[in-house]
Amino acid sequence: MTRPRKTTAAADGPAVRRRRPAATTSRRPSGADPASGVNGHRPRSTAATTVPTITSASVEDTSASVEDTSPAIEETRAATGDPASKAGESARVNGRRPGPAGPPAGAAGAAGPDDWEERVADLLAFLRRRLTGRYEVDEFGFDPELTETVFYPLLRLLYRHYFRVEVFGAHHLPAEGPVLLVANHSGTVPVDALMLSVAVHDETPTGRHMRLLGADLVFRIPVLSEFARKSGSTLACNPDAERLLNAGEVVGVFPEGFKGIGKHYRDRYKLQRFGRGGFVSAALRTGAPIVPVSIVGAEEIYPIIGSISPLAKVLGLPYFPVTPLFPWFGPLGLLPLPSKWLIEFSEPIPTTGQADDADDPVVVFNVADQVRETIQQTLYALLERRPDPFS
Amino acid sequence: MRVLVTGVGRYLGAHLAARLAAHPWVEQVTGFDSAAPPSPLREMLDEHQVSVVTGEARDVAVALARGGVDTVAHMGIISTPGPGGRAAMKEQNIIGTMQLLAACQVTPGVHKVVVRSSTAAYGASFRDPGVFTEATPPSLAPRGGFAKDVIEIEGYVRGFARRRPDVVTTVMRLAPMVGPQADTTLTRYFSLPVVPTVLGRDPRLQFIHLDDALELLVRAVVENHRGTYNVAGEGVLVLSQAIRRAGRVAVPIIEPGLGALAALVRTLRLGEFSHDQLDLLVHGRVVDTRALVEEFGVRPRSTAEAFEDFVRGRGLHRPSFAALRPDAVEAAERTIIEGIRRLGERVGRPPRQSRVEVNR
Repeated sequence: MTRPRKTTAAADGPAVRRRRPAATTSRRPSGADPASGVNGHRPRSTAATTVPTITSASVEDTSASVEDTSPAIEETRAATGDPASKAGESARVNGRRPGPAGPPAGAAGAAGPDDWEERVADLLAFLRRRLTGRYEVDEFGFDPELTETVFYPLLRLLYRHYFRVEVFGAHHLPAEGPVLLVANHSGTVPVDALMLSVAVHDETPTGRHMRLLGADLVFRIPVLSEFARKSGSTLACNPDAERLLNAGEVVGVFPEGFKGIGKHYRDRYKLQRFGRGGFVSAALRTGAPIVPVSIVGAEEIYPIIGSISPLAKVLGLPYFPVTPLFPWFGPLGLLPLPSKWLIEFSEPIPTTGQADDADDPVVVFNVADQVRETIQQTLYALLERRPDPFS
Repeated sequence: MRVLVTGVGRYLGAHLAARLAAHPWVEQVTGFDSAAPPSPLREMLDEHQVSVVTGEARDVAVALARGGVDTVAHMGIISTPGPGGRAAMKEQNIIGTMQLLAACQVTPGVHKVVVRSSTAAYGASFRDPGVFTEATPPSLAPRGGFAKDVIEIEGYVRGFARRRPDVVTTVMRLAPMVGPQADTTLTRYFSLPVVPTVLGRDPRLQFIHLDDALELLVRAVVENHRGTYNVAGEGVLVLSQAIRRAGRVAVPIIEPGLGALAALVRTLRLGEFSHDQLDLLVHGRVVDTRALVEEFGVRPRSTAEAFEDFVRGRGLHRPSFAALRPDAVEAAERTIIEGIRRLGERVGRPPRQSRVEVNR
């Protein structure tokens, strides 16, 4: 019987990885060497695998007699990936520090005609899997194949060439095991969340996927809600956060919420209130380290100079932004300003052995304040490194 | 062990009664329903020597007292309105359960009550956590009739369990059932040549194989498993994926047009699409099955496997659009790759030895 694996990393087969532009191979992970010794063990979200399956002989018979099973079986095999190729892959999907360093060297030279042929084959295989539904999603609806093949490449264009994101402290991201990333939120539209997920993926040697915790507003809106689910987001609530952390995932959260993302331009880089600190409880309960993340650059993409509250109320939105370009210039106002971005991952705050304090408000607020203070100080430090927002 | 099974007039109840009758630990099975079972079910019940009592909801007390019943399996809960409409459905679900539990409460011989519930109890909304555990309360009151019934029924069961703590009370929350034999609104939905979906929504769905559901219900009846359990196959299929695996084509419809569509489906007698199902097709629902696997010690077929068996068993692999059959798609892929290779050879490149045929 073919039991599809549900580990998220496993679902992208070697075929998918191969589509990565050959250029990636030549890039060096400048800041990101895998944190050695962080060999956290990854608890499986499923129960013991020794449990027998309900099988009747008839079931086995049917699957054997029908020829259509074979794609499914091979699909599973591909999805699990043989360890050898996986190891080879991880060496070349290393993150890099994009920046003003210039275009990657030898990008075009490596892509010979054979490579081109291979890429067409990979693209066709991808389309076939899409067309026949032979791909895997996890229980939160995360579609790793779609995310890596479609979402990340598109976002990477913005990440590298438009916002020229520079990453510091990537070695604070554990190579495996649970971690809770807590970041400042800004920019009117959550572009910072998308850029952070690219940073996490490209700066970890194993290409980890950040699982975002989003506001319920996101899941109310058609299309957006599905984009969010497929890219690995889920509703910001403690059961989901703890479930993901228990499964050993990278979870990203923006505790300021709408207070942060919808604040006036004059309040830029002033961290807003952190709410009840539910994210701290989740980390304490699961023992996942908290990595404070400071994002500089998102504040300038859509500077809010006002909000039309009645319109926001009618549309059921927390704010209706007025920026120098929006809504006056129509679609032009949707274009983000090309600010220069810096993302810094600070030193992890360990939370192991404090599960009993998860409901203690004193402990929770202390940790939350510590995280908040770290982010605020790092923001100031980063701003000094970037005197001109559009440099 | 002497078992009373309610709802033997329908597929699930009748098949559970038959399976129980064949079980070595079970001495006697009595079936109960408001109407006599239709003939194929009737024959199967006769074959397994299940005596069937028909009558009003409160006649269940008679059936209970007659055979010295010690175990009750309450399957007489219906998810879609029958000929009597919603009123009759509610009558059977709510009043039927109340009468049954009242009769059980005053019958000292009853030691075990197993109730078929549904994951519809969690509702489906955008404010729900991604995965429901048995302890998750629904965050918004569900608007579907069935979901409301299920929540009420579970409330009565909890009350009963409080009053009769000596009785082993088990609630089985079943996910939507699929399988070659399953005939539900959802299986008919996936059998439509073009499948209407909600524009911009791709809900996560979970299924349980009908045979596995029956097997787990049998275990719940003959063994002792106190508590509430989600009964679903591990893993998730998103709707678009399920439609493609069934070889169908999705037709997205904007959310405001859904009511009209549901009315159309009703008129065409393709089934009854209730608010329960509409909400499911917008927001989806995924439950945690760890408690079930740990307590029952078996793992039902995964959602993907159950759905695959349903697709195969129904012959859905002959889809309406032949060009979209998996083998046709693969053939097209092969043709294109072959064409590219020929093109390359014509340009004058030597043919490569280990060419990737079709990438997996």
